[in-house]
Amino acid sequence: MTPIWRFLVQRVVSAITVLLVVVVMVFLLMRLTLDDPAAIIAGDSATTEQIQQVRESLGLSRPIVVQFGIWFGGLLHGDLGESFFYKKTVVQLIAQRLEPTLALALCTIVMAVMVAVPLGAIAGWRHGGWLDRMLMGFSTLGFSIPVFVLGYLLIWLVSLKLGWLPVQGYARLADGFSPFIRRLILPSVTLSLIYTALIARVTRAAVSEALTEDFVRTARAKGLPEWRVVIHHALANAAVPIVTVIGIGLTLLLSGVVVTERVFSIPGLGQLTVEAVLNRDFRVIQAVILLFSMTYVLVNLLIDLTYLVLDPRIRY
Amino acid sequence: MERRRVDFREATGRLRLCVRTTLAFTGLVALCACRPAPQSAPAHADKVLRMVPQSDLEILDPVWTTALITQDHGYMIYDTLFGMDASGRVSPQMVETWDVSADKKIWTFTLRDGLEFHDGLPVTSDDVIASLQRWGQRDTMGRKLMSFVEGWEAVNARTFRLTLKEPYGLVLESFGKPGSNVPFIMPRRVAATPVSKQIDDTTGSGPFVFSKDQWRPGEKVVYLRNAKYRPRAEPASGTSGGKTVKVDRVEWVVIKDAQTAVNALAAGEVDLIEMPAYEQYPALESNAGIQMVEPNPIGAQFSLHFNHLAPPFNKETVRQAAMAALNQPAFLQTQVGIPGRYRTCFSVYPCSTPYFTTTGMDFIARPDVNRARQLLGESGYDGTPVVIMQPTDLAIIAKLPVVAAQLLRDAGFKVDMQSMDWQTLVSRRAKKDAWNIFLTGAGAEQVENPISNNMLSAACDKAFWGWACDAKLETLRDAFARAGDDQARKALAEQIQARAMEIGALVPLGEYVRGTAARRTVTGFVTGYFLVLWNLEKQ
Repeated sequence: MTPIWRFLVQRVVSAITVLLVVVVMVFLLMRLTLDDPAAIIAGDSATTEQIQQVRESLGLSRPIVVQFGIWFGGLLHGDLGESFFYKKTVVQLIAQRLEPTLALALCTIVMAVMVAVPLGAIAGWRHGGWLDRMLMGFSTLGFSIPVFVLGYLLIWLVSLKLGWLPVQGYARLADGFSPFIRRLILPSVTLSLIYTALIARVTRAAVSEALTEDFVRTARAKGLPEWRVVIHHALANAAVPIVTVIGIGLTLLLSGVVVTERVFSIPGLGQLTVEAVLNRDFRVIQAVILLFSMTYVLVNLLIDLTYLVLDPRIRY
Repeated sequence: MERRRVDFREATGRLRLCVRTTLAFTGLVALCACRPAPQSAPAHADKVLRMVPQSDLEILDPVWTTALITQDHGYMIYDTLFGMDASGRVSPQMVETWDVSADKKIWTFTLRDGLEFHDGLPVTSDDVIASLQRWGQRDTMGRKLMSFVEGWEAVNARTFRLTLKEPYGLVLESFGKPGSNVPFIMPRRVAATPVSKQIDDTTGSGPFVFSKDQWRPGEKVVYLRNAKYRPRAEPASGTSGGKTVKVDRVEWVVIKDAQTAVNALAAGEVDLIEMPAYEQYPALESNAGIQMVEPNPIGAQFSLHFNHLAPPFNKETVRQAAMAALNQPAFLQTQVGIPGRYRTCFSVYPCSTPYFTTTGMDFIARPDVNRARQLLGESGYDGTPVVIMQPTDLAIIAKLPVVAAQLLRDAGFKVDMQSMDWQTLVSRRAKKDAWNIFLTGAGAEQVENPISNNMLSAACDKAFWGWACDAKLETLRDAFARAGDDQARKALAEQIQARAMEIGALVPLGEYVRGTAARRTVTGFVTGYFLVLWNLEKQ
């Protein structure tokens, strides 16, 4: 077995172990909270007897071990069960919420990378100059403004005062590119500010450090143009930390950006998670946490593999 | 140095090219984004009414849950035998004629001609009987009615007969009750679903058809006009009268954030917000394009509930001491605070409904902290902390527990106020030893008589949360259910209130009115118990 395959097998085995621990922990924690979805479902005027009827119909009166066995058996067959509330399967609910979250996450990360990497590279190149100081000021601002404040300000200016873009909602790509992108711009701009700040800072630090290396001095001594030195030598060598921070950003975005989704009323996974937690919709909570865990594991694996491409010195 | 300057110029030039390309791409996207969205409607544009509902629709079975949003969903797609008009009078809806035998034990009802379900099948007596039987296993008033029922008989496709074991005074009131659980009429095949299971067939015979394939939980709920629906000729009032649909389609747009909902209304992206938060009223009222309407002028009632099983409120005298300390204006001013949107009401029945009375309301009408202290001293209260549950996420009642805590502390109680989300409160409320006080709000349609108001129940384990246990109160409620005339019922309603206050079954904390915010282009609001979407026109 080649080292890379051994590495992959090790990672898959450790991923399965992590997911199994997550599955058991989440299931137990949900049951140990003593919260009762039946009381929530039955409604405010329901009697104790009605709640008991609902509890029995949901299978919540059974012993925890039996409940876990049924759920885990279904999981092995790809059946995550049905939501306690909606007469829909958990898979259907997640599938409906996946597109908005993916679209928002990708749009945000693309915007952030497009802006942050050039800005960070320039700041690193012009380290200590006015451009660098300005960019670092912008970066501090990006970290400091709460997402919901920026969101409301943008809605007020762009949607209510200028009337350029809609206030809220999400349009599916299947309904046309124009409505899709119109409803995605404001939330993506709002959300990308913090990621732009983060990626720009990391890029600046990595590029400015790379520019002090011997190979940069050699490149300059060879007479290479400065843009080539910055992009091909400094930036390429600074790619590992930048890719790491982009990957982490992407996983954070995919695991639900609750505030942005709420402010712009985007029906994504973040909102689904919050609703499920508030409703104690155990099956949905278990499924989304499992999904998020898988996303983390997968993205981290991809980042590790990307290192091999970006830096030939790295070996597993 | 010269070399570096040249390189810098070159690099800057390439950077410019890069920036230009980026700007061109961004401009293209912006152009695409900022040009008006293509109008999908061709020659005939559908009239779409978009409303932000009070919460997301989760459960579709209006018998399975008492959730208000499911009740609203029920009124969209189902019809009822009787409705209740804005003045509280029961009026026929699906029923054309009815009569009652001289001994008041046999009731015969005939349905209107031409009633049809959404699937095109006629509404028959069998459908009605099956629907009422399922509802009667779940609803408080339904179960009371069923305890008097001897049998049902489908005389023919449009006529059915109800035979009672003994006369029951609330037959029509039960069929026409506006609040959950509402006796909606479903096809027999749907009503045959055991009451312990949710239905998933949404076929009704109401003014709208639920578009299940367009339903996206957490995003939107879509209803289409039922072209086959035949409205009654009478004007719409409450849940009765002609339910004429004047739009092609209704969309419930789920917006969880209150400020975003207001922004969407201001921008014209939605036409209505069913229940905006009080905090949003100034912004809404200052917008010339928005109107505030009151589809429910009767309003709703705040109330406080003791746990009768857990110390210290397992003692009647301690409950009375607490009641003497509670002060309606303090609750209303703190929680609502907008003059005209609240009023004191010293009655367990809404102040503008027929059973309103102030009998037995001394504690509530004349709060006196000194009297409360004296009663508490006499009760032998041992300083047991009073656990008050505060639902911080439910803005409409979140401040009430804070006021209750302060008033009780002033009276000498030791208070432990515990903050939690509403769903935790609901879960915890079902546990008999986990709390002492919770506060809530209920619509007038739910509390307007002693039977529909299950908070007045004192049937021990089967009573409302707090498990009040009093045989005398239950006897009076039974007598109310049997009473055959309005005068006798009114007298019994007074006695019920007096007894309920004596034992502290609940503490009414006053009334509040919640408006609906709408674009001025929307007209035709029906006055009643909650917002209904028939009769609404969009200019």
